[in-house]
Amino acid sequence: MKYEPVIGLEIHVELKTKSGMFCGCPADHFAKKPNTGTCPVCLGLPGALPTPNKKAVEWTIMLGLALGSEIAEVSKFDRKHYFYPDLPKGYQISQYDQPLCRGGKISTSFGDVRIHRVHLEEDTGKLQHAVVDGKKVTLVDFNRSGVPLVEIVTEADIHSSEQAKEFLKKLHQIVRYLGISDADMEKGSMRLEPNISIRKVGETGMPPYKVEVKNINSFRFAAAAIEYELKRHEALLNEGKIPVQETRGWDEAKNGTVSQRSKEEAADYRYFPEPDIPPMRFTKDVIASIGSNIPELPDVKKTRFMSAYALNDAVASQLTDTRALADYFEEAVKAASVFEKPYSPKEVANWLINKKPDIEKVLPAQLIEELHEAKKVVAVSADELNAIITPVLSSNEKAVADYKAGKQQVIMFLMGLVRKQLPKADTKIILEALKGALES
Amino acid sequence: MLADLPISVLAQKLKRSEITSEQLVAECYDRIEAYDGTINSFITVVDRKKAIERAKFIDAHRETFPSPLAGIPYVMKDAYLTKGVRTTAASKILDAFIAPYSSTVHQKLENVGAILIGKMNMDAWGHGASTENTDYGVTKNPWGSDRSAGGSGGGPAAAIASRFCVFGIGEDTGGSIRNPAAWNNITAMKVTYGRVSRYGAIAYASSLDTMGPTAKTAEDCAFVLEAIAGYDAYDATSSQKPVPSYTKALDKSIKGKKIAFPTEFYGDALDPNIKEAILVARDIFVKEGAEVTDVSLPLLEYGVPVYYILAPSETSSNLGRYDGVRYGNGRDLFTKENMRRIMTGTYALSSGYYDAYYKKAQKVRSLFIKEYEKLLSEYDAILSPVTPIMPSKFGELLDDPIKNMMADLYTVIVNIVGLPSLAIPCGFTKDNLPMGMQLVGAMFDESTLFALGNAYQKVTDWHTRSPNLVNS
Repeated sequence: MKYEPVIGLEIHVELKTKSGMFCGCPADHFAKKPNTGTCPVCLGLPGALPTPNKKAVEWTIMLGLALGSEIAEVSKFDRKHYFYPDLPKGYQISQYDQPLCRGGKISTSFGDVRIHRVHLEEDTGKLQHAVVDGKKVTLVDFNRSGVPLVEIVTEADIHSSEQAKEFLKKLHQIVRYLGISDADMEKGSMRLEPNISIRKVGETGMPPYKVEVKNINSFRFAAAAIEYELKRHEALLNEGKIPVQETRGWDEAKNGTVSQRSKEEAADYRYFPEPDIPPMRFTKDVIASIGSNIPELPDVKKTRFMSAYALNDAVASQLTDTRALADYFEEAVKAASVFEKPYSPKEVANWLINKKPDIEKVLPAQLIEELHEAKKVVAVSADELNAIITPVLSSNEKAVADYKAGKQQVIMFLMGLVRKQLPKADTKIILEALKGALES
Repeated sequence: MLADLPISVLAQKLKRSEITSEQLVAECYDRIEAYDGTINSFITVVDRKKAIERAKFIDAHRETFPSPLAGIPYVMKDAYLTKGVRTTAASKILDAFIAPYSSTVHQKLENVGAILIGKMNMDAWGHGASTENTDYGVTKNPWGSDRSAGGSGGGPAAAIASRFCVFGIGEDTGGSIRNPAAWNNITAMKVTYGRVSRYGAIAYASSLDTMGPTAKTAEDCAFVLEAIAGYDAYDATSSQKPVPSYTKALDKSIKGKKIAFPTEFYGDALDPNIKEAILVARDIFVKEGAEVTDVSLPLLEYGVPVYYILAPSETSSNLGRYDGVRYGNGRDLFTKENMRRIMTGTYALSSGYYDAYYKKAQKVRSLFIKEYEKLLSEYDAILSPVTPIMPSKFGELLDDPIKNMMADLYTVIVNIVGLPSLAIPCGFTKDNLPMGMQLVGAMFDESTLFALGNAYQKVTDWHTRSPNLVNS
């Protein structure tokens, strides 16, 4: 039996705003002393009220625009209820039926992946399981509680782990281009949850089950988890069983997934509109002005680099990996154009890729200066040249004989020997002189 | 008795050093110590020494506290967070909760020099109309010790009636300020939703909760509201509309003011004593130059059903945080009425029932808003009873949840729409039990209500009466 993977992704991205989603606490919580960045609002104390972070809302809209989503004219926050010790209010402020953004897509080499929705919510606190005074305890750190969190949900358009990985890398790149998040997976500021199922090739409906995998903190693990699940589902289906609809976690040690929660325990979140926050309305002008802050995005930039700088796909991709590197390259191209004999963008690109300078320390102009130095041709007189060539030929009689016998590639070996002594001389001139000497 | 005097007079006497704040505060404490043992209006009395110290400080620095509320002792319903003073919402779940921050209203009153002397009894979490549903013992009505002081804010109302303080801050979600005002012969303003910050007030039902003044007269309420109203960056639902001078609005002429008299409100459900008293009040408004016209507001009967879906839904969400992890005591300490509302609300929000209950109630809410908007574009105010019944005897409402709901008949719809409403005393029965009426106004038009209330209180003296208290 032939099966086809049907995969959708849910991605959470923490925004790097200065303050929290609904309070003034710092949004940067990584590696801070537990419970030092908290206030009545993010602790959910009695009487505390949320006030939405304007920047977080604008950034979510910006991300939506970058993904080609339709931005809601009217949007609102909702309460999502569940009990968990890291959720101090007993509900998470999220968005239910009127998300900020709907639709959109990211193109991959395997085909387009449509975006279902993009919405904004607050992050929860963090539990730490520890031993204190010999007792096993669970500690709660609320520093992360109330950090702005964007959730991106795709349609189930992904049909392989490679496509999932490519999609995730592209999304990661877009988020970083927009400058709205570090999207650092090791710090948990980008979190991946694939929803995986398979169906018989030729079928078009949604499979009757799906498995969600959580706790994934790298693209590689996302691909591995998908591969693992696909094999598991195939085996079950081949036995005539339907995989259980459940939430599983990625277990790094096991290099596989483990069951966490089955559907029977699925919660009824009792969503209802958050009464503490009035609905938000966005005029076309407001949306347009947010859109005007979107920088040139990776795909567009890559295409432009290919045509404007005559670069191939691989080089252009490499250079547009991050906005900082792309900007660096363009600065370097500018710096390279001031010479009498300007260096081509292609030369600059190759130099940049080979040299891998620390772009935060080496200025583009400095890098080009280095390139220029390296390429500088030192004028050599015919006498000087012959004074080096003659001894080289006389001490390599076999090579000379080979050349004369028709093994023309030997000239490159001789060339290397000469070059050692004349590192900055023009290659063409050395070659001409060598040929002259050999054939005389 | 100093607490008998209006705020305007007290402020003048304090300014001229005819009296001191210390004297005024001490007198209130003397009365609390003498009489509150029976009435039980306080959950927490602020340490007398501390209050006196603060009064002395205000007396010594009077020139830096120009507010008419400076040095005036007041109380707050125990739903307000007061930094350093215990806040319980009348529930043992918060028995040991001392807030690390203050509600905006408390902070504003502290800033102008008013002196907090107590945190007052109420139905736990605001659930109730009789202050019987409390973990701190019922509050007895100062006008009849076998009767309820109303609710949920029975504590502050009984304390003002007893002259334990000069004014109080209440919280009205479905009548919790107005119902006790009517049953204690005091005056209270339920403000427009968004007029006063809710920050730091323990939420019952967030889209209905409003914070407002309770005092002896409309004039006193105007002084207090002027000090506490206004936009608060900590409350996204607070309005940025400028706050008018309510005290200046008090003496505006009411000649030609149009008052609507909804005939459906005066049917069989209403106690005949209250009906009679309001008809007399109607004539007084006419005599003072207002026009009173019979109108129809047929949606009234849907107010209670809609309220008892919306408020429990929101409260089931708001009370989720008292799960026993953080505040010491667990959720087993919720009262039966609390549990009833939490269960009802959880049910109404559950998937499969949401559309039939919560969503439908929200739709009816929109109808209410339209109907009231239309009526209040033609009229300046609506004259309505506050409660359909006289102060209930203990047990009467507690044992009959439906009767308990119906006590809110005239008040809840005002919260659902978000309108302001001034509750004022309008007479006594033969048995010397007080009765109240309410004037409901257009959104953010508290000023007109103050003018109407003040005009009425200038020609009546119900509000000047106070109960004979018994030493405890």
